[in-house]
Amino acid sequence: MFKKSRLIGEYFMQGDIACAEGALAAGCRFFGGYPITPASEIAERMAMRLPLLRGVFIQYEDEIASIAGILGASWAGAKSMTATSGPGISLMTENIGLGMMMEAPCVVVNVQRGSPSTGLPTSWGQSDMMQARWGSHGDYGSISLVPNSPQEFFDLTITAFNFSEKYRLPVFIMADALVGHMTEKVVIPPVEELEIIDRKYTNKKPEDYLPYDYGKNLIPDFAKAGDGYRYHTTGLTHDKRGYPNMTFECQNELVPRLVNKIKNHVDDISLTEEYDIEGADVIVISYGITSRTILPAITMAKKKGIKIGYLRLKTVWPFPEEKIRKLSKKVAGFVVPEMNLGQISLEVERCAHNDSIVKLVPHPGGGIHKFEDVLHAIEEVAYGK
Amino acid sequence: MANNTAQLQEKSHPMEDLLRMDRMPHIWCSGCGLGSAVTAFVEGLKKAGVSYDKTAIVSGIGCTGRVAGYLRLDSYHTTHGRAIPFATGLKLANRDLTVVVFSGDGDLFAIGGNHLIHAARRNVDINVICVNNFIYGMTGGQNAPTTPLGAYSSTAPFGNYEMPFNLVGLAAASGASYVARWTTMHARRLTDSIATAANKKGFCFIEIVSPCPTVFARKNNGGTGLDMLKEFQTRAIIDHDADPTTIPLNMDNEIVCGEFVNDDRPTFWENVQAGIKARLEKFANWEEMQSNSRKISHKKDRKYTSSRDSSIMRRNT
Amino acid sequence: MRFWEKPFGKEKPKTICGEIHIINDRCKGCSFCIEYCPRNVLEVSKDFNKKGYHPPIVVKPDMCTFCGLCEMICPDFAIFVIEKEDE
Repeated sequence: MFKKSRLIGEYFMQGDIACAEGALAAGCRFFGGYPITPASEIAERMAMRLPLLRGVFIQYEDEIASIAGILGASWAGAKSMTATSGPGISLMTENIGLGMMMEAPCVVVNVQRGSPSTGLPTSWGQSDMMQARWGSHGDYGSISLVPNSPQEFFDLTITAFNFSEKYRLPVFIMADALVGHMTEKVVIPPVEELEIIDRKYTNKKPEDYLPYDYGKNLIPDFAKAGDGYRYHTTGLTHDKRGYPNMTFECQNELVPRLVNKIKNHVDDISLTEEYDIEGADVIVISYGITSRTILPAITMAKKKGIKIGYLRLKTVWPFPEEKIRKLSKKVAGFVVPEMNLGQISLEVERCAHNDSIVKLVPHPGGGIHKFEDVLHAIEEVAYGK
Repeated sequence: MANNTAQLQEKSHPMEDLLRMDRMPHIWCSGCGLGSAVTAFVEGLKKAGVSYDKTAIVSGIGCTGRVAGYLRLDSYHTTHGRAIPFATGLKLANRDLTVVVFSGDGDLFAIGGNHLIHAARRNVDINVICVNNFIYGMTGGQNAPTTPLGAYSSTAPFGNYEMPFNLVGLAAASGASYVARWTTMHARRLTDSIATAANKKGFCFIEIVSPCPTVFARKNNGGTGLDMLKEFQTRAIIDHDADPTTIPLNMDNEIVCGEFVNDDRPTFWENVQAGIKARLEKFANWEEMQSNSRKISHKKDRKYTSSRDSSIMRRNT
Repeated sequence: MRFWEKPFGKEKPKTICGEIHIINDRCKGCSFCIEYCPRNVLEVSKDFNKKGYHPPIVVKPDMCTFCGLCEMICPDFAIFVIEKEDE
């Protein structure tokens, strides 16, 4: 097609556009979506770019069709993605569970907006974090990545595709409308400099292949439609052959594996950014755009002499429990500013487990934290009540 | 010569290469038409001459949804009502596949109704086989969108008070390229229909009217599966020229069968390719095309469809 | 004068004949094959199979014309026909 279909260089780019470019750089060649503010730009960019890269763009009739479509495309061997916001994720939740059960790699972008329900379409929030972990019915492992800038939106989209291909599940990117709609410098490196992981295809013969047979890493090998493997896969509880087997033994073998394949690999998946953690009295745990908006509070707290550490979660799920447990024994407390009324702070509380104080700085969304509130919380934790 | 079955067990059923024999016998009831529908499908595939390795079958939830589990093809048993968008994704990502959706009337027309009409509108190149047994069988006999007016079901103990959908009419009106209706009794014609659909490009829809002795017949004095088939035999007429929108299925009227629509329309993918080609011919390079799209609202030439205003604040929900 | 010619070399015309195979334990006793056989080759047997159903038995093997309708209409893949070879 055209030359220069792959963008390389420095750009002044909107977050949503950077996400789309990240997906294309990772090899995504199927996008099925439905318009929703603030994620429509991702669909629009994919609509323009995918045909030129021999990909497929389809605007489905609703979000439910979008998620079903990207699961189907995933089974045909394509790297596929959809992008939506809170209301769309609510609609997609059943099929996300199907993706988890069938172990189909794909990426679901949630550019969070003010919630619940129709909420604040043109404003931002971070109140879908628990839904990303527990949205669909049942037990399953989940991965959610949270960018805080357009550059990181680009980078974490590639990481999300890598995780989804490696661990064979739908991976969430939990951006927010502020990151999605802000325009900043984005550097797109040449493809050779990016780490791209593809799913592991089986090298067994069709007669020996079991679609859900796994090794020590608990992840089965993939086989795509049309290669002659003629496997069966289902959303029902299934055995290694992929056949429905609705017994306790089968459930006991399958469902803990879905949870453990993520739980056992937390060290690989958990990405954080840390500053001044060693020797800190108070650690501020934040993610997404909040991690940028509260920086003045941290500067002021440092000026006041508080030993403050900064922990930014780039991977919110699986939650870095071990890290927080270890830290909770060393610090006076954690301050968790987030743009919801307490979601990840519950996880921090659970891991801190009475070893240290956890102070939530809530915000219902639609604006940013006043740094005085955060500073006040930091002082409360540092000086004790 | 006596055909004593004990002597001849060493021969296997000719369809066993396409069935998952390790899962037989299947779960469908005695007298259910699903086995006949699957037989017709297998014969139809053989007749069509498609490659079995390149055929994928997607089904939803319900008695008919179990079909995917019994066919030895790349088969996907997805969530209720979402087989069609899944199949669309599968087909578009690998256009060499022959994708067949095999699901029931409730799965495709109640919860999945929206997906069906849009897939038909787009004319995606998939084949949809809908087995219509007028009821929700797997869950115990609840009302379906095809349950005839006045029929009894477990959620309509006073008789169904809703008009049923005319499935072939809906598919044809939505833009399907091939629409046919048969009963499980029309074994050979159904096989031919399936073979035609498998080789035809575009959205192909086949409704198979099937007996459900366990719930539908039992609640509606229909007798056994055989009695229902005999009733189909009495009521069924074949009329290829019938207008599919005028032939609903009620309790006692004629079951009009036939191949009602057999058109050649461009498929979704053909339209996509044509659109890309036409657009690419206008621009020297991608950057020019991209900058052209972004500046569209400033151009005097308004013949492009987009009139985007790039201001965030004026975007709607 | 000979009005009627016999077909060359044969006493009577040769029709195709089928050999019916019934997989007893798959049958669920729906009787579709028995009802729709155009030449009434099959009948309900008095025996039971493993599941307690009465599978069909062939009562008129020479009447089978290899039409294949029993095989096509059986919902349980329990009956099939192959062409009988010439003796």
